[in-house]
Amino acid sequence: MNIFEIIRFAIRGLVANGLRSALTTLGILIGVGSVIVLTAVGNGSSKAISSSIEKLGTNTITVQRGGGGFGPSARNRQGATKPLTVGDAIALVDPVKAPNIKQAAPIANATGVTCTNGAESSSPSTFSGTWPAYFEASNTPVHIGTYFTNDDVTEGRRVAVIGKTTATELFGTDSPISKVIQCGGIPFTVVGVADTKGSNGFQDGDSLLIAPVTAVQRTLTGYQSLSSIIVQAKSAAVQDLAQNEIQAIIDPRHLVKSDATRDYRLLNQASLLQTTTDTNQVFTVLLAAVAAISLLVGGIGITNIMLVTVVERTREIGIRKAIGAPRSAILGQFLIEATILSLLGGVLGVIAGFVGSHFTIVGVKPVIVPSSVFLAFGVSVLIGLFFGSYPASRAASLRPIEALRHE
Amino acid sequence: MTAVIDVRNVIKRYGVGDAAIFALNDVTLSIEPGEYVAIMGPSGSGKSTLMNIMGALDNVTAGEYFLDGIDVSSLGENELSIVRGRKIGFIFQSFNLVPRTSALANVELPLAYQGIKLKERRMRALKALDLVGLSDRVNHEPTELSGGQQQRAAVARALVTRPALLLADEPTGALDPKSTKDLLDLFDQINEAGRTVVVITHENDVAARAKRIIRMRDGKIIEDVLNPRKVA
Repeated sequence: MNIFEIIRFAIRGLVANGLRSALTTLGILIGVGSVIVLTAVGNGSSKAISSSIEKLGTNTITVQRGGGGFGPSARNRQGATKPLTVGDAIALVDPVKAPNIKQAAPIANATGVTCTNGAESSSPSTFSGTWPAYFEASNTPVHIGTYFTNDDVTEGRRVAVIGKTTATELFGTDSPISKVIQCGGIPFTVVGVADTKGSNGFQDGDSLLIAPVTAVQRTLTGYQSLSSIIVQAKSAAVQDLAQNEIQAIIDPRHLVKSDATRDYRLLNQASLLQTTTDTNQVFTVLLAAVAAISLLVGGIGITNIMLVTVVERTREIGIRKAIGAPRSAILGQFLIEATILSLLGGVLGVIAGFVGSHFTIVGVKPVIVPSSVFLAFGVSVLIGLFFGSYPASRAASLRPIEALRHE
Repeated sequence: MTAVIDVRNVIKRYGVGDAAIFALNDVTLSIEPGEYVAIMGPSGSGKSTLMNIMGALDNVTAGEYFLDGIDVSSLGENELSIVRGRKIGFIFQSFNLVPRTSALANVELPLAYQGIKLKERRMRALKALDLVGLSDRVNHEPTELSGGQQQRAAVARALVTRPALLLADEPTGALDPKSTKDLLDLFDQINEAGRTVVVITHENDVAARAKRIIRMRDGKIIEDVLNPRKVA
C-alpha cells in the first residue's frame, strides 16, 4: 500500500463530499487570506507613515513650546512658560554659537483659515507663516512658480506658496501663479505650487499654504507666539550636537535653570520615526493576532468536519478494514484528507491574500510581508495535520466488527 | 493437508461473573479445503459470533483458532488486517460495497491494500467481475446497481484476492428469489472450482446447496452432518 494510493483514496473521499469539503476549505482560506492581507495592511501603513515622515525632511529638529511630560504638573509649568518667538529663531542662526545648525525658520500656524478664489474655497490643513529656509528644512520644494524670498519676509508681502490639493480646490486645472486669493479676508498672491507630498495617513500633506511669517503674524495670528521653530542640522551625524546647541541658545533666553524646568521640547525625525514604527508594529501584531484566531477557528472547523465524516463513514471504514486495510492506511487516508483540505485552503488563501492586497484598504496600500505568506501557508498545513490527527486516529482505531454493525 | 478452519475448544464470553453470556461455549470445528459448509441456527445461537471469529474480525476468550495453519488468536491488530486481506473473502448480507465508488474500484480495493500494482490489479479485478457476470457494469457505482448485481460485485471483491476461504454471512438475506438462485449458482460454481465456501444462513433452501450442514444452538454445535441430497 503506497502513499500515492492512500492520497488517491483521500482525494476520492473529499470529492465525494464536495460541498462539505469546499466549506471546510473556506474556513482555512479566510484564515490564511486574512493573515496575509492584515499583516500587509499593517506593513503598508507603517511604510506609508515612515515615508511621509521622511518626506517631512531629514536632519531636522522641531522646537515646540511646552515641557516634556503630561498631566497637571506639565500643564501648570506650561502656564508659566515663555512663548517661542521669532527672536528665538533669529538667535539660532548663529554660525559661532551654533556651528552645526544649517538654518532655522519660525513657524506661525494659523488655524481654521478659509481661502477663496471667487466662488471656490479651500481650507488648507496647514496654514503656516515662515521663512524661505523652511522649504529646504521641511523638504518642501516648489514644483511650479517660485519660492518667496527673504525680502518678501522683511517687507511682509502677502505672497504664498500653496500645495497641490489647495491649488486644485481653488483653481481646478488653471494655473494659480500670480492669482490673488482671499484667506480669512486677507488677499495673498500665489507665487508657487509645492511638490506633491502625499498623505501621511492622518492628514493630506498637499492641503497647504505657506506665506512669509511677517505677513501671517500681522494679519492672522498676531505676534505673541510661534507654533514651532524648525531647525536643520548640517547633517544627520551632527544632529545631537545641533540639539545641544539649540538648548545652549534657547535656555538662557527662556531662563531655564535645569532640564526639568525646560519650557520647550525638541523633536527630531529619527525619534518620531522610531515612535511611529513601534506603534505600527503593535498595530500589525494586533491585526495578525486577529487573523491568527480566524485561522485557528478554521482549524477547529476541520476537526469538526472530519469527526462528522468519520462517524458518517464508520461503516465504510469497517468494510475497508474487513477487506484488509491496515490501521496505517485508514489513519493515513483521513489524515491526508484533513491535510489536503487545509493545504487547498492555504493555497487559495495565499491567492486571496495576494489579490486582496492589490486593493487600497481604508486608505492604506497594503505591502505583503513575504514571511507572513510562508508562515500562514505552513501553519495551515500543520493545522491540517494537527486538527486532523484526532479524527483520523478515531477512525483508525475503530473495531471492524463494530464498524460493520454501524448503521 | 492443512485444514482451512481449525477451531479448538473456543469460548467467547461477553460480560463477567453472573452476567456473563457465553456466545460460544466450547466449540470445536474443522473445515478442510474445498468444502462447502452451511452454518445454521436461530438468532442468538452463536453463528454470527463464530463467523466473526472465523473471519478474524473478533478474538476468542479461550481456546485456539488456526486459519489456514496460522494461529490467529496470537495475532496483533495489524497482522489480523493482513490475514483478513489475504486469507478471507467476506460477503455480507448488506453487500457492504464502498459507497460512491465504482464496482471496479471496489473490487480493486483489497488488492490495493495488499500493495499490488495498478496494472495487475486492474486485470485481476476485471477478470473477477467477468467471472460473476458484471463485465458490462464495471464503472457503475453501488447505487446504480441492483441488489443482485451489488452482491455479485461483492463476490468478485471477495474472490479477487484468491482467498483460502469465502465467508458469506446471510448472503441472500436482502435478495429476491431470482437473484438468490443466481448467487447460489455462482457459489456452486466457485466451490466446484475448488474454493472453500462457508455460508452462514437460517434459510433451508440456501443450506440445501451446501455439502455439509452444521446446526448451532446456545453457543454449541448440536449437529454436524453431510448433506444427504448432495452426497447421494
